[in-house]
Amino acid sequence: MMKHRNSIAFWAGVAIFLVAVLSMTQIVRNEYPFFAGYVILQFIALAVAWSILGGYAGYVNFGTNAFFGVGVYTAVALFKATGAPLVVQIAAAAVIGMLLGFGVGLLTLRMRGIFFSIATIALAIIIETFVMNWRFVGGAAGIQLQRPPVTAPFDSYVKMLFFVQAILVVIAVGIARYIQNSRMGRGLQALRDDELAAECTGVPTLKLKLVACMISGALMSAVGAPAAMYLQYADPSSAFNLTYSVSALAMSLIGGTAHWIGPVLGAILLGSTQQFLAVTISSEINVLVLGIMLVLFVVGAPKGIIGLLRPRYRLRAGGKP
Amino acid sequence: MTVTAAPDAPLLQVGTLTKTFGGFTALDNISVDIRKGERFGLIGPNGSGKTTLINCISGALRPQVGSVVFCGEDITQLPPHQRARRGIARSFQIPRPFKSMTVLENLMVGLDFATVGSSLPEEDIAMSILTRMGLASKAGAPTDTLSQVELRKMELARALAVRPKLLISDEAMAGLSSSEVDEVLDLLISLGEEDITIIMIEHIMQAVMRFSERVMCLDAGKIIAIGAPAEVMANKRVQEAYLGT
Repeated sequence: MMKHRNSIAFWAGVAIFLVAVLSMTQIVRNEYPFFAGYVILQFIALAVAWSILGGYAGYVNFGTNAFFGVGVYTAVALFKATGAPLVVQIAAAAVIGMLLGFGVGLLTLRMRGIFFSIATIALAIIIETFVMNWRFVGGAAGIQLQRPPVTAPFDSYVKMLFFVQAILVVIAVGIARYIQNSRMGRGLQALRDDELAAECTGVPTLKLKLVACMISGALMSAVGAPAAMYLQYADPSSAFNLTYSVSALAMSLIGGTAHWIGPVLGAILLGSTQQFLAVTISSEINVLVLGIMLVLFVVGAPKGIIGLLRPRYRLRAGGKP
Repeated sequence: MTVTAAPDAPLLQVGTLTKTFGGFTALDNISVDIRKGERFGLIGPNGSGKTTLINCISGALRPQVGSVVFCGEDITQLPPHQRARRGIARSFQIPRPFKSMTVLENLMVGLDFATVGSSLPEEDIAMSILTRMGLASKAGAPTDTLSQVELRKMELARALAVRPKLLISDEAMAGLSSSEVDEVLDLLISLGEEDITIIMIEHIMQAVMRFSERVMCLDAGKIIAIGAPAEVMANKRVQEAYLGT
């Protein structure tokens, strides 16, 4: 009963959010809010996607940039080869991201903790090197892209991308919430606490880890796909920038990983602070802010914002209540 | 359940099991059958291979040679979660609770994954197991607030949530006071009366003697004695293994 009511509230919230985003694209004339908002939405979706593996399952993935970049370049390659529409680019990126996720999932067979994290960093470097030498998509020099004409009801491409990214956020949050409330969520939590004990209690740990990696990877790559059209440009060192990994991780941890709302809050807080500082001071200060906030939270609120708000989530996040 | 009944097929058949770690042979050609409903004690000095044996039975380790047959099915190559679903549950020598969960949630993992649909709501089943183990008042408590004996009981309760046919208890009484040992032992004996076959690893000899219908003693990966508890205790090689020659 309680669960049912929660679901109604959740989907009502989602509907209000999407309607608000859509009306904003119709009413607001200035394009800047959409430029900035797009980035914040992108980070919300990335942080939520990251937390499915990094938070629920406890496998800290440093390869968010690999998935993001694969998304970007899947879109670029597909667009250049066939002129496929944005939706197809995103769907293709999700499929490739899922395959990559499967590969990363296999790494969890043998690697745990810091070793797994290092392997994911290596993965990003390998893929980036490959793309740098791939002439078709511009190689190391990057590639310019001409946006196709925008579709109604939007009057600018950026506004449309803003709406598209909002939908990706909804999909990511919907999936994360579903996992959290399902049997799978409990299984992931169990294997995060103790993999052997989880196995011996009947949890198919390898299968759950593979599924978590694939879902997380598909979402990250899907989120990356529209970035090429957003910038009208793509190059390997920005598409595979380590900042994506650090941001997704920091936002999740600052928000708290025990509940899907944590990464959302963390990404809104950090993302908007960064956007604000980029305008008022300089874009270089972003990373500094990220670092300082991460340090403050690790020391002051190790279970993130939701740990501060709701003490009972401190337990779920793996700490003392 | 009677011990004298005509022997059915054994519940668990361990056949010529050998497990080596590099050059070290932890288990050397172990064969043993466990009957349905039996209370089986497993003893032996530290490092004799007791935990390795139950790791091979529960699936945490794969033996190099030999087979494990459970309910007539060869499970030697199955991963632990498949074995749990077939009814093999265990506790750990050093308790391994799911730390981010409450006691009740720890049990829910087993109910969620290892047992097939039941008419009762899972939470009711979990609560009835906890009541049984005397942990009902701790259902909502995080595991790091439990005392040692409560933690041991929680491990057994979590194993029971798997609805086991075979329960393997790995030193569930280590580090407990003598009254707590009796408490846990009574629980194990009462479980045995419910047709759950139990393998108990234990160093506390009074507990082994009181609990077991049959005892097996391992030393250096080999079976040195198997039989009625009193016989095994009287065995010269067993005494040598424990006391040295």
